[in-house]
Amino acid sequence: MQLLQLFKNLSLWKELCKNLDKVLASCFVSFPSLSAHIIALFLCRCRPPDVVVFPRCVEEVSALAKVCHKHRLPIIPFGTGTGLEGGVGAMKGGVCFSLRNMEQVLDLHPEDFDVTVEPGVTRKTLNAYLRDTGLWFPIDPGADASLCGMAATSASGTNAVRYGTMRENVINLEVVLADGSVVHTAGKGRRPRKTSAGYNLTNLFVGSEGTLGIITKTTLRLYGIPEAMVSAVCSFPSVQAAVDSTVQTLQAGVPIARIEFLDDVMIDACNRFSSLSYPVTPTLFLEFHGSEQSLEEQVKTAEDITQSNGGSDFQWARDTETRNRLWKARHDAWYAALALRPGCKAYSTDVCVPLSRLPQIIVETKEDLIENRLTGPIAGHVGDGNFHCLMVVDPNDPEEMHRVHLFTERLARRALAMDGTCTGEHGVGLGKRALLCEEMGPVGIQVMQSLKDALDPNNLMNPGKILQREEP
Amino acid sequence: MSGRVLVGVKRVIDYAVKIRVKPDNTGVVTDGVKHSMNPFCEIAVEEAVKLKEKKLIKEVVAVSCGPQQSQETIRTALAMGADRGIHVDVSGKDYENLGPLQVSKILAALAKQEDAQLILLGKQAIDDDCNQTGQMTAALLDWPQGTFASEVSLEGDKINLVREIDGGLEHIKINTPAVITADLRLNTPRYATLPNIMKAKKKKIVTVKPADLGVDVTSRLEVLKVEEPPQRQAGRV
Repeated sequence: MQLLQLFKNLSLWKELCKNLDKVLASCFVSFPSLSAHIIALFLCRCRPPDVVVFPRCVEEVSALAKVCHKHRLPIIPFGTGTGLEGGVGAMKGGVCFSLRNMEQVLDLHPEDFDVTVEPGVTRKTLNAYLRDTGLWFPIDPGADASLCGMAATSASGTNAVRYGTMRENVINLEVVLADGSVVHTAGKGRRPRKTSAGYNLTNLFVGSEGTLGIITKTTLRLYGIPEAMVSAVCSFPSVQAAVDSTVQTLQAGVPIARIEFLDDVMIDACNRFSSLSYPVTPTLFLEFHGSEQSLEEQVKTAEDITQSNGGSDFQWARDTETRNRLWKARHDAWYAALALRPGCKAYSTDVCVPLSRLPQIIVETKEDLIENRLTGPIAGHVGDGNFHCLMVVDPNDPEEMHRVHLFTERLARRALAMDGTCTGEHGVGLGKRALLCEEMGPVGIQVMQSLKDALDPNNLMNPGKILQREEP
Repeated sequence: MSGRVLVGVKRVIDYAVKIRVKPDNTGVVTDGVKHSMNPFCEIAVEEAVKLKEKKLIKEVVAVSCGPQQSQETIRTALAMGADRGIHVDVSGKDYENLGPLQVSKILAALAKQEDAQLILLGKQAIDDDCNQTGQMTAALLDWPQGTFASEVSLEGDKINLVREIDGGLEHIKINTPAVITADLRLNTPRYATLPNIMKAKKKKIVTVKPADLGVDVTSRLEVLKVEEPPQRQAGRV
């Protein structure tokens, strides 16, 4: 059996693979099993693991972890490999645990609005499974990501403003620790809607990016599929006007489901890519969920607010086909940005600040982009104060790559200076470890390091991510 | 015209499930496996509900032939907007051997009983891929048929239809009453929302037996063996 083979040859593999040690210029790794999965959405240098294993159940994950623990081999959990911060790069080699064969939807309780899934289940697969029940799981990061992977990176989506992020929607986790022991963070099989029992272990592991344990099951909070949806688009004379409209809409108590901001550069790219003709100014894409009556009220309130802020061209749509057309621009944003400079790669920045600071940070960031001759159309989840600059850069131009790198550091520091965070949804991974230190401060980092040392004293779990360690 | 549309909905193994053949090669594993409405039947239901929303027809009746669990499939149709359901109870060996010929006889009998103006079906079921029920039903009733429909519009007592065929798109005009079978691009079916699922619980489902409709469901076909396709051999470059 394949699995036994790996057990026996693990040390042999390690010897063999030392000679295969290669640092690749892109993130596609040479192992056939991984190359189909890892998507080169980011530009940092990536390193393949020495071995990939494909456990089929938590018992196998635990047994494999025990082997790795005994031989001090690094463990890299792998869901769909769609993370944007290099989370699956095996910086010190080691064993990649590809969990894609654990793909069951277990324990659906429609009356309790919860479901438990294994790591191979992606968000689209789950929603297809749930479609007859009238329920859905709304968190929708760009990729069709593994739900356990989304828990590991504390992922978020375009409708976080209404439904929250993974932090608010994970009820329980089954986690295999570095020594192979299996823990249920809220107790085995438990799924109360709220609890105050002991330390919040569930949220300790949410966002831990594979550095504290391997997530093998997650119990998720589900929501009712909205009765009806209305989408709207509105153009504004300035970034300030667009953000003011956002803040006022939230303050008016409108339970808006999505507010997406696109700056003029982004809208221009979208117009060209999708043959649209939106006015080339800051634009908001809005979506409302609810019953027919509540939608009327929500849309009316939002329209009044946008108009009072100088918004114009308020278009809205109710039926699926027209709504999809309206949102096409936003959905194709990534490709539209890439199309601005064919042959280039794109990297997405990801900072998040309090809402009131959003106009200032966007304006300063745009000035920075122009001053440094960088292509960086902006798209953002303004309802959360989170925005992304889609940096389009020529990977063969080291000077430009360097300018982009410095720009992203300045951007993160700008956000930190405004009481924000260096990463709203993508995670720390490899590239933001130094920024995390600035964000948390020495005591905060020390507390994180203590937790890491307690759960993984040999630093086997995804080493080199989140926390920087002094190498001896 | 009664303004009544009959929609056939079939309970099949969910499209996302990995099918496994039973060890005794008599069929595929169905116990404990997720089932749902055949995707082409979903499209048929959606089209019927759209016609009702446009006030072109008055009532949508969902029909399913099978065991007790077929009622869940009818409930999904009700949650999508059908008005009431008819469950034709077929179980055990009769259900295992149920095929398009028997179903088309049942639908023809129901169409007469319910004075239906239109029968909307999916073009085929994803378990047997027969693509026969619509055509047989039309033949039994001597009604016109519009199969592989990707566009349907009612014009007085006639129907304009666009069919997806190998050569491209065929535009036809047929009289009512008629049988239409839905193809993939006819529409995008709506999700059943929770409030509609709750409302659907109050809608009526009536159970009848094939004998009540004068239909004999004995099959003239016998399944000899079911086996997996042969394993793919490695190619040579």
